[in-house]
Amino acid sequence: MFEELRELGFVVITVAFERTADDAREWIDAASPSHPSLIDTTWAIADLYHVENVPTVFWIDEEGLIVRPQDVAFGSNMFQDFTGVDAEVHKTALRRWVRGETPALDRDAVDRHLRVPTEADQLARAEFGLGRWLWEQGRAELARAHFQRAEELAPNLWTCWRGSMRMQDEDPMGELFFEKMTAYRGDGGVMARVIAE
Amino acid sequence: MVQMSLLSLIRGDGVSAIDARVSGGRVLIEPAVLETAVGWHRRPEGLCRGEVCVPVRDAAAIDGPDGTVDLVGVADLLGRPLVVDAEAKAAYLGEAALDRAAMLRSQVAPEFTLPDLAGRQHSLSEHRGKKVFFVAWASW
Repeated sequence: MFEELRELGFVVITVAFERTADDAREWIDAASPSHPSLIDTTWAIADLYHVENVPTVFWIDEEGLIVRPQDVAFGSNMFQDFTGVDAEVHKTALRRWVRGETPALDRDAVDRHLRVPTEADQLARAEFGLGRWLWEQGRAELARAHFQRAEELAPNLWTCWRGSMRMQDEDPMGELFFEKMTAYRGDGGVMARVIAE
Repeated sequence: MVQMSLLSLIRGDGVSAIDARVSGGRVLIEPAVLETAVGWHRRPEGLCRGEVCVPVRDAAAIDGPDGTVDLVGVADLLGRPLVVDAEAKAAYLGEAALDRAAMLRSQVAPEFTLPDLAGRQHSLSEHRGKKVFFVAWASW
């Protein structure tokens, strides 16, 4: 998608939160990307970067500084009706930044938009982490209680509650997902938090 | 002597099998285990790692019988979440919300190393000098 920007000193790095590399293999092979496409089987990046839902994107500058914190961007408008996000807006802004036509967000704006975890978020991540490890050990029945506790503690962490659905033999695109999503949004929860500047 | 059995202690960066006694809401371990598995030392002045010490105001919440320390009290003092599953004989020690927040507030993108599908390791720092579009996604 951004091949034309490569010579300008630009790189795309993707990280997928998956039970195993094989869960993402089909998708990555189909896209056959030339950029690093990484697999995170412990959700380490979700913890490190406080990723609440997917997709979440960051812009990182030449010095390794975050110049656009957690934002939402899609490759196409395939799910626009569902997400309410126009993919072209972010793509245009990204191209302009890479070409040096417009600066990224300044420090104050980054700070304003940056999302940081609460204690409940981190406790939920610990519950999820224990559940994920137990699942990996073949102890799915013991894992379930921890996944449920994570969901109760932090319904905002889609990376935990939705990310654990396959490990609970549930369909992350099935009826239960839509039920939960509708309930969460009904309570005022946000699915895609877009930075509007 | 405090009777101990094996407990799997999981952190973001790995798992260690430690000797522990899980009972009454406490996880009692030897101070040496606290050092090797968690990286903190129980010293008279408090809980220390390198030059950094956190004062222990309530010693009873940290210290157990026979020179043991309580991992639950330690996690609490450090603001780190600890989830214990006595039946599974496993515990997960997470990262403090305050530490995570401070790291992000510094605006320095946290370093990481992860494999691609071929098993090759990649680090964020390899791309210093370039603009990076970093995407977290999932097949689900």
